[in-house]
Amino acid sequence: MFKKATTTINKGLAAIFLSIFSSPSFAAWNDLNMTQGVTAISKEVFGLHMLIFWICVAIGIVVFGVMFYSMFAFTKKKNPNASTFHENTTLELAWTIVPFLILVLMAVPASNTLIKIYDDTEGDINIQVIGYQWKWEYRYLEDNIGFFSNLKTDLDEIYGRTPKGEHYLEEVDEPVVIPVGKKIRFLITANDVIHSWWMPDFAIKQDAIPGFINTAWTIVDKPGTYRGKCTELCGRSHGFMPVVVKVVPQEEYDLWIASKKEAALRMAELTEKNWTAEELVQRGEGIYQKNCVACHQPNGAGIPGIFPALAGSDIVLNNKSRHLEILMEGVQGAAMASYAKQLSEVDMAAVITYTRRSWGNAEKGDGEIIVPKDIVEYKKPKV
Amino acid sequence: MSAVIESQGHDDHHHGPAKGLTRWLYTTNHKDIGTLYLWFSFSMFLIGGAMAMVIRAELFQPGMQIVEPEFYNQMLTLHGLIMVFGAVMPAFVGLANWLIPMMVGAPDMALPRMNNLSFWILPVAFFILLSSLFMEGGAPNFGWTFYAPLSTTYAPPSVTFFIFSVHIMGASSIMGSINVIVTIMNMRAPGMTLMKMPLFVWSWLITAYLLIAVMPVLAGAVTMMLMDIHFGTSFFNAAGGGDPVLFQHIFWFFGHPEVYIMILPAFGITSHIIETFSRKQLFGHTSMVWAMTSIAILSFVVWAHHMFTVGLPLAAELFFMWATMLIAVPTGVKVFNWVTTMFKGSITYETPMLFAISFVVLFTIGGFSGLMLAITPADFQYHDTYFVVAHFHYVLVPGAIFSIMAAVYYWIPKWTGNMYDERLGRLHFWLSFIGVNVTFFPQHWIGLAGMPRRVPDYALQFADWNMVSSVGAFLFGASQILFLFIVIKTVMGGKKATPEVWEGARGLEWTLDSPPPYHTFTTPPKIS
Amino acid sequence: MNEGSKKTIRLLCFSVLGMFAFSFALVPLYDVFCEVTGLNGKIALSATTNENLETESGRNLSVQFVSHNNEQMPWVFRPSDSLIKIQTGEFHTATFYVKNPTDKTMTAQAIPSVAPSNAASHLKKLECFCFEQQELAPGEEALLPVRLIFDDDLPESIKSVVLSYTIFDVTDYNAIEMKEHHNASDHHNGHEMEPSL
Repeated sequence: MFKKATTTINKGLAAIFLSIFSSPSFAAWNDLNMTQGVTAISKEVFGLHMLIFWICVAIGIVVFGVMFYSMFAFTKKKNPNASTFHENTTLELAWTIVPFLILVLMAVPASNTLIKIYDDTEGDINIQVIGYQWKWEYRYLEDNIGFFSNLKTDLDEIYGRTPKGEHYLEEVDEPVVIPVGKKIRFLITANDVIHSWWMPDFAIKQDAIPGFINTAWTIVDKPGTYRGKCTELCGRSHGFMPVVVKVVPQEEYDLWIASKKEAALRMAELTEKNWTAEELVQRGEGIYQKNCVACHQPNGAGIPGIFPALAGSDIVLNNKSRHLEILMEGVQGAAMASYAKQLSEVDMAAVITYTRRSWGNAEKGDGEIIVPKDIVEYKKPKV
Repeated sequence: MSAVIESQGHDDHHHGPAKGLTRWLYTTNHKDIGTLYLWFSFSMFLIGGAMAMVIRAELFQPGMQIVEPEFYNQMLTLHGLIMVFGAVMPAFVGLANWLIPMMVGAPDMALPRMNNLSFWILPVAFFILLSSLFMEGGAPNFGWTFYAPLSTTYAPPSVTFFIFSVHIMGASSIMGSINVIVTIMNMRAPGMTLMKMPLFVWSWLITAYLLIAVMPVLAGAVTMMLMDIHFGTSFFNAAGGGDPVLFQHIFWFFGHPEVYIMILPAFGITSHIIETFSRKQLFGHTSMVWAMTSIAILSFVVWAHHMFTVGLPLAAELFFMWATMLIAVPTGVKVFNWVTTMFKGSITYETPMLFAISFVVLFTIGGFSGLMLAITPADFQYHDTYFVVAHFHYVLVPGAIFSIMAAVYYWIPKWTGNMYDERLGRLHFWLSFIGVNVTFFPQHWIGLAGMPRRVPDYALQFADWNMVSSVGAFLFGASQILFLFIVIKTVMGGKKATPEVWEGARGLEWTLDSPPPYHTFTTPPKIS
Repeated sequence: MNEGSKKTIRLLCFSVLGMFAFSFALVPLYDVFCEVTGLNGKIALSATTNENLETESGRNLSVQFVSHNNEQMPWVFRPSDSLIKIQTGEFHTATFYVKNPTDKTMTAQAIPSVAPSNAASHLKKLECFCFEQQELAPGEEALLPVRLIFDDDLPESIKSVVLSYTIFDVTDYNAIEMKEHHNASDHHNGHEMEPSL
């Protein structure tokens, strides 16, 4: 009964605050406030936030009211003889007990909402979320599909060379897609350091900790595209790994899952196909733009002393097997990581071939290409 | 409330201070050491402030204009470390050194030579920390809270120097706290019972106990880090059976009492100043002592409110939510007592009072955002956003820092014998007050709207208020140069100060000459 | 210096050392506290010695297995079945497929994690590949077993559990010198692993 009462209070509060703050006169203020979100939980959380806020405002008005009044009424000029009272046990008890009771009033709905948030029993759809430096990987466990989600905003916008787009720093190449109305469970972990997955419109924030799994759940009422952030300092590009979730009707979700499965199949086919150099170079350019330009630069020149140049590099020109090894294994003791996980065999072959054939490298070096089957071969055990 | 005192009169003038630079190197005099700490803290404040200027300059507009993300992370890490360990804490220790012996009627601190050591290792520690900026790999870049494994497996080589530096700072604080406790417990003038002690002394007694309890835990945490990095242990490494979350528990077990360490002396200072300028005895002296004690005790059982999103069990989240909310009660009691002191007082608004009053108002606002943060489900939306940044900057800047400035204005006439320039002081106050609010108030909104912390760049909807915040920061930063000028000017000369300095000032220090002799209370004063 | 002062100093110094020791004690205390209060998100990394776990009166439970390779760990690592439906109070053996596709012998450590965290104290294992490090020669593959049981005291509200294993490459970690591991950080030059930006 108690639980039901507080749920009703929570819902009531959410409704009151929502109605006040949705009115047009408050529209501008909405931008400055926490989002109401699109789930039942997010609206409860918003209600709690506003409840505590207004209680604080009320207390502030009373306390500062007395203070400001004293500041004006009891200046030395107006009150040259200060009073001498300096203690009152009743008053001390009163202003200890009353605040305590106000806190209890706040704690009850807060506890209730927290208990609801912790209800991570079953989910209709389970999505493993893995934080990497500096991107997210999502794996849909029931349907066995997975993909990486990288920031889509390009360096030119960040460094002011081109104007910033509408969703600057809030856009990704592959968003999470979930259906409306279903209970989605997120199983959150990390690949390297601690990250944190925050989706404000669902009121979900859980740290992604390497070696451990955290869970969160949501049921979203309203289709739309929702944007969140990584919220735990994780290194250089902590500010550059956003979260994007698209909530769609069930039919659209089913189609999307089917297309993802098909894409996986197609990728397998593509791996088998016989590629021409031109096809690989063309595909590789896009891969390079997305994954390599930050360090090796669009012109392949790198940054002297920090990131090696690929244009005119001996390895890129003459040493195909070492070139492949570096992309697959990374370089021990340097910033170059292995890309074996992120890039499919096709994309891996494409980007290597692109670099071997660009910036004059084709003329200067052996210009040899790598095809997807080479990558498959590389992954087989060596005897 | 402070004791009724009899005027001290002249003291023995045995030895004046030594001559030359070695005076400062070898001094065991609490006044000299207090001065050293205060100047050190001021320089660290300016250096940490310069780093804040770099941060706010980069955040002035969306996009990366000024620094690279790697360097930005070094700036935010060092800014935090320097302000916490180099500016706020040493300033309070400096005030403790100058004031505690005078306030309790003791000739000096209990362990004068250890006092000297406590100070002089600090410049060494910060030299090591700052020099890491020039090391290969750069300075520490993992935030002042240095969570593992970002600060262990993924840290630059300078992390070892960072650990060394933290050990030294910790040793300095621990030695300083031992000195404070022994002095207060054993060297009070006869007749000064604990309840007759002034509130600044009480605040430092409690703070010193907190430091003794938690600085060693910080030392333990960084030692474990060192072992994980260099000696193959796995305290915080899941691969070896360890747990990154364990780091957070150990760190915050230190970290939460640490923030109360950074505010309790401010409470003490505020009580003194409000009492003096209201010309009315502080309301509820005994309650104020109990409030500070409860805050200190409670501070030990709330640490995990910094960890609400790591995946703690429900029972833990509930416990820490309730315990954290509870701290609002004794803190509120203090605010009510200050306000009631002013009520029906006879108030004037000299610079110390301006800072003290705005401390009460703005610290309370920081307290309100703290209460909001305590509500766990709401915290899921606030954690690691600018809402948190706004909260702690409110309690630390118009909180701790304003109280330090208030203390400087209040006591500098005693220390130097010269009145500061009141007009300039008020100008500094107003510029700082406006600056601090323009900088940090919009950060509440930016955080609520969704901007995470510790990022060098942000989405477009955060642009306007970030620009406003940066302008406020530049104003606040520039105003501190004015403060530097005021302090130097006062040290060099000014209207002569009387022993009492302020009408309505109570306490043993106001019975001494301004400036006081090098050695004071070599014979204890009579307390009645 | 008076006796009172000396006594206080001694007491304070002991407190300092005591608190330093306390911080190290927090490491095992953390685990003990979790066990005693039942607040336990951590899974035991050793076999249960409890003989009497099996019961007849269990209820349905679905267990989702999830795998992840930490950092660049190149092994193939996946559960044989990603979702199983079992009974509480009944042992079940699950397997994970592993393969070392490189040309070097490597050693791995698997770390388990369970969600919801209050299920962890009800999970007992007779056998688990996570109890020991696993070594595989180049090209070698294996099916690693986990023999587990969820006891009947598992709270009613929990109808499904996720058991996640992360494998870490501990080949170099075992070397007495942490040199390679440390050198890797040395040359990072402040740039982290994958600068895609």
